[in-house]
Amino acid sequence: MKRREALAKLTGRERYVDDLPLQDFLWGMTVRSPPPPRGRVTAIRFGKDIDWSQFVVVDHRDIPGPNVVALIEQDQPVLAAGYVRHVHEPVLLLAHPSREAVRRAVRSVEVVVAPEPPALDFRITPTPERIQYGTDNVLKHLQIVKGDVERALAQAPVVVSGTYETGAQEHVYLEPQGMIAYLEGDVLVVKGSMQCPYYVLKALQHALAREEALVRVIQTPTGGGFGGKEEFPSHIALHAALLALKGGRPVKLIYDRGEDMAATTKRHPALVRHRTGLTRDGRLLAQDIEVVIDGGAYVTLSPVVLSRAIIHAAGPYACDHVRITGRAMFTNAVPFGAFRGFGAPQSQFAGERHMDVIARTLGMDAVELRRINLLRDGQTTATGQVIRDGTDRLAVLEQALALSRYREKEREHAAFNATHATLRRGSGLATFYHGAGFTGGGEVALKSRLRVAGRPDGRVEVLSANIEMGQGTLTVFTELAATRLGLAPEDVTIAEADTARVPNSGPTVASRTTMIVGGLVERAADDLRRRVGLDDSARGAAVTQAIERWHREHLGEGEPLFGEATYEKPPGIAWDDTTYRGDAYGAFAWAAYVAEVEVDLRTCATRVIDFIAVQEVGKVLNPTLAKGQVQGGVVQGIGWALMEECKWRDGAMANNQLTNYLIPTSDDVPAVRVAFLENPYPHGAGGAKGLGELPIDGPAPAILNAVARATGADPRAIPLTPERLMELMDNAEFGMRNAE
Amino acid sequence: MTTLTVTFTLNGKPVSLAVDPSARLLDTLRYQLGLTGTKEGCGEGECGACTVYLDGLPVNSCLIPTYQVRGQRVETIESLESLGQDALEPFERCGATQCGACTPGVVMTAWWIREHPELLGTHSIRELMAGNLCRCTGYDGIVDSVAEALRETASGRRET
Repeated sequence: MKRREALAKLTGRERYVDDLPLQDFLWGMTVRSPPPPRGRVTAIRFGKDIDWSQFVVVDHRDIPGPNVVALIEQDQPVLAAGYVRHVHEPVLLLAHPSREAVRRAVRSVEVVVAPEPPALDFRITPTPERIQYGTDNVLKHLQIVKGDVERALAQAPVVVSGTYETGAQEHVYLEPQGMIAYLEGDVLVVKGSMQCPYYVLKALQHALAREEALVRVIQTPTGGGFGGKEEFPSHIALHAALLALKGGRPVKLIYDRGEDMAATTKRHPALVRHRTGLTRDGRLLAQDIEVVIDGGAYVTLSPVVLSRAIIHAAGPYACDHVRITGRAMFTNAVPFGAFRGFGAPQSQFAGERHMDVIARTLGMDAVELRRINLLRDGQTTATGQVIRDGTDRLAVLEQALALSRYREKEREHAAFNATHATLRRGSGLATFYHGAGFTGGGEVALKSRLRVAGRPDGRVEVLSANIEMGQGTLTVFTELAATRLGLAPEDVTIAEADTARVPNSGPTVASRTTMIVGGLVERAADDLRRRVGLDDSARGAAVTQAIERWHREHLGEGEPLFGEATYEKPPGIAWDDTTYRGDAYGAFAWAAYVAEVEVDLRTCATRVIDFIAVQEVGKVLNPTLAKGQVQGGVVQGIGWALMEECKWRDGAMANNQLTNYLIPTSDDVPAVRVAFLENPYPHGAGGAKGLGELPIDGPAPAILNAVARATGADPRAIPLTPERLMELMDNAEFGMRNAE
Repeated sequence: MTTLTVTFTLNGKPVSLAVDPSARLLDTLRYQLGLTGTKEGCGEGECGACTVYLDGLPVNSCLIPTYQVRGQRVETIESLESLGQDALEPFERCGATQCGACTPGVVMTAWWIREHPELLGTHSIRELMAGNLCRCTGYDGIVDSVAEALRETASGRRET
């Protein structure tokens, strides 16, 4: 099936939040704190050149409830109340009918902050005057222990150590964030670009002290999210709502790109240390791993990002003795948050780059090292989860090698590199995995609910809080409901994600929408069929007619017809959150990626010239959508690996514009060649496993491994910009001299 | 406030309107004329989401003062709607759109390439599309769609 809303998007008819018609409204904007990053707000000066009586002005005193954006911890204020912990913290809100006037007004407000010592480097132990969270600025500490690492390391014939670093990454969804808020009678309505309508609802209820019936959140078509619209939209929703409540008129608050890049969350920077014990022939004996991430100035989702980072840190390998220690650090940086992959890309970059460092140290083939250590069915992950899904992980690797002509390319590259004056080529590999759905008991705690309604005309409507942001929810849910009930796709509609109408089927995150929520679509469809008196074998016209008949029989009763499903844990899954032992995820997707690069020794610029992405993601429900997810994730990963660099000044992004924060263009990347191996997952919708995040875990390590093989350099950090590679090659006396 | 009257041709029809001297063509189209198909992605000419044709050439409408287009022809994504579903079929089939925020700009550039196939003698589709940033597709869906659209035009199977 083609993407449901494709034609509306291709013709520009799809209406995003900034496209919606709105009458008699005010433009809202945010006044943010300037440097220094930390300190008391000693003055807020309103420019004398502005007639302030024409503006709606909101500060923290206008917040009816607790001044907190409700999330994991109740630590982040809606608006700063006299103290700021990072640059760009929201201090005041302004609204005016003219966008130009409100922009001028924002510029004329001066916020003065008395500096206190900031913590700006998450990698170093903070001095006492910089400690602002607990006793050590550690936001969260987590540990996974399997076996006896110290003993195994002491006895290991070979120990290889390495330290790896990854930088922040900006989401750059093409539609900047934005919200509209207005009152409809007593009901506050907030509409906008978001991944999680019920997160926004909860945050509005909490800080505005409003009961659920007086708040309604509606998702508008969302122009990309990648995690950036997971937790952050709650802030904008609150800001727009506060202005609308005080101003008594609808308010539209749309970030421009500069504000979006400066003030919203990014991928957590990370530092990962490995100490690995091995036999001389490369069998893993012990993995001691330390993962440190920069959380920024508020907790946001950092504890959960850290959790996913450490669970994935040991890679898809069998090892009896593993210790993984994780820390998320408080710093006075703009808070970091959810981003596709959610910690796993950082820890697997380190792990997969480290595999090649091990191979080089042992004088061993990097493919062979992975081949002998890849998890076999019956073996366990770091958390003790027994893998027994029947997936042939070696076959995934072999197919990636075959499609990339890995061995032939090795010979071709050797010949090319021996003769070419200025170019060097190489291929690099990464084998990795990604757990789908919420970690551990997360899905159980969510208690996701979904409905499939039967309408009087016999058609069915899926009611869910899971949203379309480009990944294909509308299309996949349509296919799942239509297939289950034997209906044509035209007979299925998907309800707008409006909290007044749809039940809470959980957030649109964690590669869970198809696999987990899609399963609820199937089961709610079954339930609907039973409610109209049919058994599970009834399909097509029988279903349509039974729905129509039900409505005739219940005419005028005003009773809705729907089937419902609530999440149920698959059998045999057990997780202990206190010991971090057990089944971290219902299912893992498995992958092997090969990058081929060409490095220009004159400029040290790296170009990816071929990319092979092979993965096992259960049953592929929609090949075009699935391929698109992989290709998009790979290119986002290429950007993170080679070019996307946040430049920091006082803990804030200094290059907050697309002119100098570069993301890949069509001309920067090769065609991404995608292959799927399919091993249907019995507990996923239609046999599917999660797919959306997996593809960003592999590109960075594959590319850096390729650069290492092409040049002989030993890069350990991303982004590997030309400047950084040049420095490495100069230091190692590589470069042109080495080329001779 | 000072306003200037600007007259130009918009999607084949003459328009005359009063604009702020500093108004960007993008804002005039979206907020004054209600043509919201043209999107703002970056506001500084990097992303191409706001691509329109000015006298037949693709430009970033966020960089064009509306006053500058007086007497010129402006065409937006809304002008392509008349092409109908068939013409866009390769873009649907090949996965050219995901979130859709870059898509109107992508389609405008793609259509311009389709109308000027001679460009492919000197440039690749990837080079010609490099002014339109997309964060979802990884570009394969877009590049394949343009190639398909060109192939179908060349073979005359879908004359539009």
